[in-house]
Amino acid sequence: MRRSWFPALLTAVVIAFLFAPLVVLVTNSFNASRFGGEWEGFTWNWYEKLWAADEVWESVWVTLKIALSASLASMALGTLAAYALHRFRSWLQSVHSVLITLPLVMPDILMGMSLLALFILSGIETGLLTIWIAHVTFCLSFVTMVVLGRLQDFDFTLIDAARDLGATRKQAVIKVLLPLLLPGVLAGGLLAFTLSIDDYVITFFVSGPGTTTLPLRVASMMKTSRSLPVINALSTLLIASTFLLAALSFRLQRRA
Amino acid sequence: MGGFLVIDHVSKSFGSLRAVDDVCLEVGPGEAFSLLGPSGCGKTTLLRMIAGFERPDSGRILVAGQDISHLPPEQRPVNTVFQNYALFPHLSVWENIAFGLRMSGRPRDEIRGGVDRMLELVRLSEHAKKRPAQLSGGQKQRVAIARALVNRPQVLLLDEPLAALDLKLRQHMLMELNTLHEQVGTTFIYVTHDQGEAMSLSDRIAVMNAGKVEQVDGPEALYETPRSSFVATFIGDANFFTGTAVEHQHEGYVRVMVDGLGSPLVLSNGAVGSNQTLKLMVRPEKISLTLNRPPSGERVNAFPGTVEDIAYFGSHTRYRVRIGEHRVIAQLQRSRFSGGGIEPPRGADVWMSFHPDEARVVRLEDAA
Repeated sequence: MRRSWFPALLTAVVIAFLFAPLVVLVTNSFNASRFGGEWEGFTWNWYEKLWAADEVWESVWVTLKIALSASLASMALGTLAAYALHRFRSWLQSVHSVLITLPLVMPDILMGMSLLALFILSGIETGLLTIWIAHVTFCLSFVTMVVLGRLQDFDFTLIDAARDLGATRKQAVIKVLLPLLLPGVLAGGLLAFTLSIDDYVITFFVSGPGTTTLPLRVASMMKTSRSLPVINALSTLLIASTFLLAALSFRLQRRA
Repeated sequence: MGGFLVIDHVSKSFGSLRAVDDVCLEVGPGEAFSLLGPSGCGKTTLLRMIAGFERPDSGRILVAGQDISHLPPEQRPVNTVFQNYALFPHLSVWENIAFGLRMSGRPRDEIRGGVDRMLELVRLSEHAKKRPAQLSGGQKQRVAIARALVNRPQVLLLDEPLAALDLKLRQHMLMELNTLHEQVGTTFIYVTHDQGEAMSLSDRIAVMNAGKVEQVDGPEALYETPRSSFVATFIGDANFFTGTAVEHQHEGYVRVMVDGLGSPLVLSNGAVGSNQTLKLMVRPEKISLTLNRPPSGERVNAFPGTVEDIAYFGSHTRYRVRIGEHRVIAQLQRSRFSGGGIEPPRGADVWMSFHPDEARVVRLEDAA
């Protein structure tokens, strides 16, 4: 049978479509040309400029603080939510299920606006706290979905077995349920972490003075062409760390 | 003898379904006892109540004189071998077995000693560090048994212990379980839907149907003298005849007029009143088939019929014989050396015969 060239071609086109922009970006971050129209030689210049840009590193720090705390909080809350959704059947849980999935489908702009409206109404000053609340709100949904998936595969006879062997309800959860859910919880947490780092639209609404996250900072830098190559350099670093995180998350899922 | 495990008028309903209906049982210390019945008969619910996963609606469950009905599972002197084994996948074989001892806070040395001894008992010492996923079905089951037994339970519950194994392994584990029971001497309660399993594993069997216990007896008594047609059909195969007792003869023999059989049938059961309607049962292997009429006598039931179907099973052959309005199953051992043995072909005219002692009354009804 003659092998068709079509699948190979399709694969090549898809890969090119996905990665060509990244290749251009990474290349330009080492390009001596400010506008990246043509190759003018290799340089570390933009990375040096980036290193010196204190406001960028300040934003990185803000972003990491929020991402870490928001993903930890959503891991805890999301696991509890998933357990409740899986174990109990009532009208209350049906409502719960809809509420949990809502942020997954709701437009970001709507969520950002409504959160801002809420904060203004309740007199909370926008800043780190409001960003954190907003991020937990949408990260929670993703963690819940991932953990719920794990729970659906979980054999609850194991809990019976643990109790049969002398474990109290609490011990059974700690010794059996949580260790077996952990890979799912961690995978959900990583997902939450990357989503939090990445978020622009919602954060745009709920951030305040002095709490410029990295996406907001990059967007504001885009307004001046002077810092465009610096953004390229920053993006290259981001791509590298994203790949690392994705690989880690993949390993965790595989082990699960 | 007072029962070691006592089920005292226990009932349990799920909605409108009475899963367990006023069950009373007494199991002796060290006994191997089976709860046998079709799916949905309530045997699993009863097991779950003994283990503590379900609470009875009414009645009490006692172990060694102590009422355990309202204790949570972790406080009962009972351990369970689950149907799918329910081994902890994140723990090694060794840690699985140590789980119970750790939960009860035993000292480290005692745990190590206990687990190692159990591993030896079930011959899995070299697999101690493996995860359950790396074990075969039979090994998993041995881990499950060791994990339960290491806690020295007063009663060991085994839920369909052989159902998940293939045929060869099942026969092997049957022997293993019997040996193990002899070695540890704990009371074993099996739950099974497989009559063969129950017969070969247990000292006594409770046959359950629709939430009630139909009969409690040893394997042989259940097979030879079933007290209801349900027990007769559930344990082995049976041919049933319905008739009316017409005449008492000497030495307790009774002549019974059976509907659709032509001539009357003789039964050796004195405890039957005249004109009583009864249901009789004859096991297929108690029936002989001959080409000629067997030597007639008062104590042989012989009826002419036609072979309708033959099924060959290697060690034996089953015949379906049409006799009057009845279709009777006969099972003949295949023996080359039985002089009078015949192998009638399909469509052959034969005589079916059986001894009056082999006909059992499974149900009596007062004559109308």
